[in-house]
Amino acid sequence: MIMSNTQEIPGKTIVEFFGVVSGSTVRAKHVGRDIMAGLKNMVGGELTGYTELLSEARGEAMRRMSYQAESMGANAIVNVRFATSSVAQGAAELFAYGTAVTVE
Amino acid sequence: MEFLSFAIAPIMLLGAWISGGILERRHLKSLLLLESGSRGVLAVTIEDLPPDWHVESCELVMGNVVISQDYFKRFAASIKGIFGGNIRVLEPLLERARREALIRMKGMAHARGYDTIINVRIETATLASARGDGKGTAGVEILAFGTAISLTNPRRALPGA
Repeated sequence: MIMSNTQEIPGKTIVEFFGVVSGSTVRAKHVGRDIMAGLKNMVGGELTGYTELLSEARGEAMRRMSYQAESMGANAIVNVRFATSSVAQGAAELFAYGTAVTVE
Repeated sequence: MEFLSFAIAPIMLLGAWISGGILERRHLKSLLLLESGSRGVLAVTIEDLPPDWHVESCELVMGNVVISQDYFKRFAASIKGIFGGNIRVLEPLLERARREALIRMKGMAHARGYDTIINVRIETATLASARGDGKGTAGVEILAFGTAISLTNPRRALPGA
């Protein structure tokens, strides 16, 4: 599955549109990580555990999006966007969406 | 015991101020090093390519970082917030985080054999505190992403790229 956040796949031509595809996942931080992050919060700086957690979650959202596109018979997703929202205390929703297309 | 509870807050502030400063300097040093290392990857926010660039393949690349302000800076910002205006103490960390996210994005592109990233976007999201009273860990996530491309013809040398 080719993905890009541009209007078209560079170097290729879109021959068919399938519509919007999306994938999302809600992740919570586990307690151990949260305690460590709480300590790190004192001195500031990067919260490595959260960085990994969010990038894993974003990867999962993108996988779900690409399964959806695959089941439609598309071979690429253009104009991919991301959205993050805090849905509950200590949990975040990672959402990825784009337009499934066939390119040549 | 009475004295202790009064003494803890200033000690925490001082500790956070000193260690926050040390970490900041260390991070700035590593950023300079990494930025000079990732100079080979050109990242631009434009979407349309120059007509003489012929793209071979492309891929979505991204880099993220979650950061939080230290205790001292949050305290200083809450004081400054009373008067309003430019809260300068909070700016350096966000700037450092954006640079770090860009470096990670370029690193991902480089690792996969790409040397150009187009349509770069940088997003900022606030993560909710894990505790109901709002005192738990709250962080800010910076995400940089774009479309990495490889060209069949070598791209024209650009100044600073």
